[in-house]
Amino acid sequence: MDYQAIIESLFRGLIGERFIVFALAAIGLNLHFGYTGLLNFGQAVFMAAGAYGLAMTVVTIGPAVNRNTGLNMSESTLFWVGIFMAVVVFPLVLALLMGIPTLRLRADYLAIVTIAVAEIFRLIARSPSLDKWTGSSDGLTGFTSTFYDLSPFTTTDRYFFNLFTGNQFFLVLVGWSILALGTLLCWLMIKSPWGRVLKAIREDEDAARSLGKNAYSYKMQALILGGMFGAVGGMVRAVGFSVAQPDNFITDVTFFVYVALILGGAGKVFGPLVGAALLYAVLDSSDTILRQLVANDYIPESIMSGTQVGQVRFMLVGLGLILLAAFRPQGIFGNKEEMALDDR
Amino acid sequence: MTDNSPREDDYPAMNETFDRASPFADDAGVKAGPRPDISDEEADAAFAEVVTVDGVDPVAARAALADVPWEPGAPKPDPILVADGVVRRFGGLTAVDVDHVEIQRGVITALIGPNGAGKTTLFNLLTNFDTPDAGTRVFNDKNIDNVAAHNIAGHGMVRTFQLTKALSKMTVIENMKLGATGQKGESLFRSIFPFMWRKQEKEIEERADDLLIHFKMDHMRDQFAGTLSGGQRKLLEMARALMVEPEMVMLDEPMAGVNPALTQSLLGHVTGLRDQGMTVLFVEHDMDMVQEISDWVIVMAEGQIIAEGPPASIGENTAVVDAYLGSHHDSALDLDQEL
Repeated sequence: MDYQAIIESLFRGLIGERFIVFALAAIGLNLHFGYTGLLNFGQAVFMAAGAYGLAMTVVTIGPAVNRNTGLNMSESTLFWVGIFMAVVVFPLVLALLMGIPTLRLRADYLAIVTIAVAEIFRLIARSPSLDKWTGSSDGLTGFTSTFYDLSPFTTTDRYFFNLFTGNQFFLVLVGWSILALGTLLCWLMIKSPWGRVLKAIREDEDAARSLGKNAYSYKMQALILGGMFGAVGGMVRAVGFSVAQPDNFITDVTFFVYVALILGGAGKVFGPLVGAALLYAVLDSSDTILRQLVANDYIPESIMSGTQVGQVRFMLVGLGLILLAAFRPQGIFGNKEEMALDDR
Repeated sequence: MTDNSPREDDYPAMNETFDRASPFADDAGVKAGPRPDISDEEADAAFAEVVTVDGVDPVAARAALADVPWEPGAPKPDPILVADGVVRRFGGLTAVDVDHVEIQRGVITALIGPNGAGKTTLFNLLTNFDTPDAGTRVFNDKNIDNVAAHNIAGHGMVRTFQLTKALSKMTVIENMKLGATGQKGESLFRSIFPFMWRKQEKEIEERADDLLIHFKMDHMRDQFAGTLSGGQRKLLEMARALMVEPEMVMLDEPMAGVNPALTQSLLGHVTGLRDQGMTVLFVEHDMDMVQEISDWVIVMAEGQIIAEGPPASIGENTAVVDAYLGSHHDSALDLDQEL
């Protein structure tokens, strides 16, 4: 058994780039679902908006604008414009698109619309007729050089107990900074009177309205803001894997974000962070452990082959979730008394 | 005001304060802390300061009702709320069809009627929680037809609900603080700069604490509202509505599901509001309560107002008796009906 590999995979899951991506998306979903009670089943589309907002601006839209207007923006200018597009413009447009028709209606309509929009966006991005703009099913590449040029680390060395290459380590450091800033912002907003209105809307929209709070406006603010967090997550993912590809944002992604959120505790500031870290620590380390066990014949081929490991680890996560639902339904940070209030 | 109304502790196990010291607890706002040092007199003075409506003399307002004729749609000497030609249809059913109604300022008006009379629908229309098919509503000489439901509170009118809407997963004090209008920290941008709203938050919290003391709920300050009993939730909802600093409170069945011991204390609170100059309109089924505290009664049946008058006059009104009991209630049944 290669114990070092197991421990490395555990730590990569705990602090690595996928943790950062899902923690950011889960912070956004926490604003939607945990605090405002918005049933957003399309967090993946906000993540895709972040990824494509950056990639399209740098690789397809930006050069087209340059050609047609003679603006001649350099690639690094386009990169920073792209970040603005990814973090502000794309998620804002998406949130307005989904929110305007549904936020006046009952909560389930938003759920229907978000899950549909997420799939529509992905299928459009996949469409061969838009190959020129979205790269269809291959996606877009070649938009990360400006970012990695900023890296002070050498690409050939390994950093942080040999866990990361230079580029990975740079991404993880930047990602953690964004995560810390995002959590701080979220914490400030939630403990303010603004956050109190969000919670009141989650508990009872009509009561909030009778006390003079514009529920529609607050729900829209929460949808936009949570979507922006999701978009930052998607952008980090695109930069980390150096590709914006439609099938990275399938519906499953949304449900993984939900798993991370519920695992950590919805409606708690640190819930998304701990939930995402735990989810990816379990996923990544169980993968390595199972592979080691199969390779060293601790598990005979008749029970499980090496190619089945990928599926089995998801079964383990499922088992973990069932145990969580049975023994700690409020999540890790949740308050059992608070949870029990629903039953009255 | 002396304090001999009972305190309800229906859930003693839940009454201990939850641990708020955890760094991970989502702890809203600045802690001013309850004010246990405050005397009853000080609390009453603070209450009077919080809820008093200036320029309204409740005694004169009640006396002025003596000249009002006992008929549906009677004009009042000083109306705060006037509705004209308000119609609301649900498909083929006309739920409310009110020609004209005026609510006198500074008194307690009861809205009664048999089940399905349209009381709650009229209530929703008057507070803009529902849009009428026709008609105009004027509050405080201002037309409120196109005011959104959430802006009604800012105009000085606040309502409660038949099914009590305590915000379960928020503490009692958070519930109260939510009620204050014009909060700077409720803007997304300012929310991340606590220094911009901390001072106001502290004032709001003091006002909330004063109200809680008056309603004898200060010992439940940091409990989740979801742990309160039905009666306590009604009290909390009323106290929270007062945080809006309204001129008029609209109570939808304030006594529904409240135990008799607490009913008396709730009644006392409602008359207490009137005595501070506030206008109260309430929907109620319990005739004893209507007789006891209301200054004026409006009776609805089948969507229309069929009678108005002081409470003592209502029991003798034939239209009202017919509406509740049927028009042939004391004539002998003929053979067909007996079968």
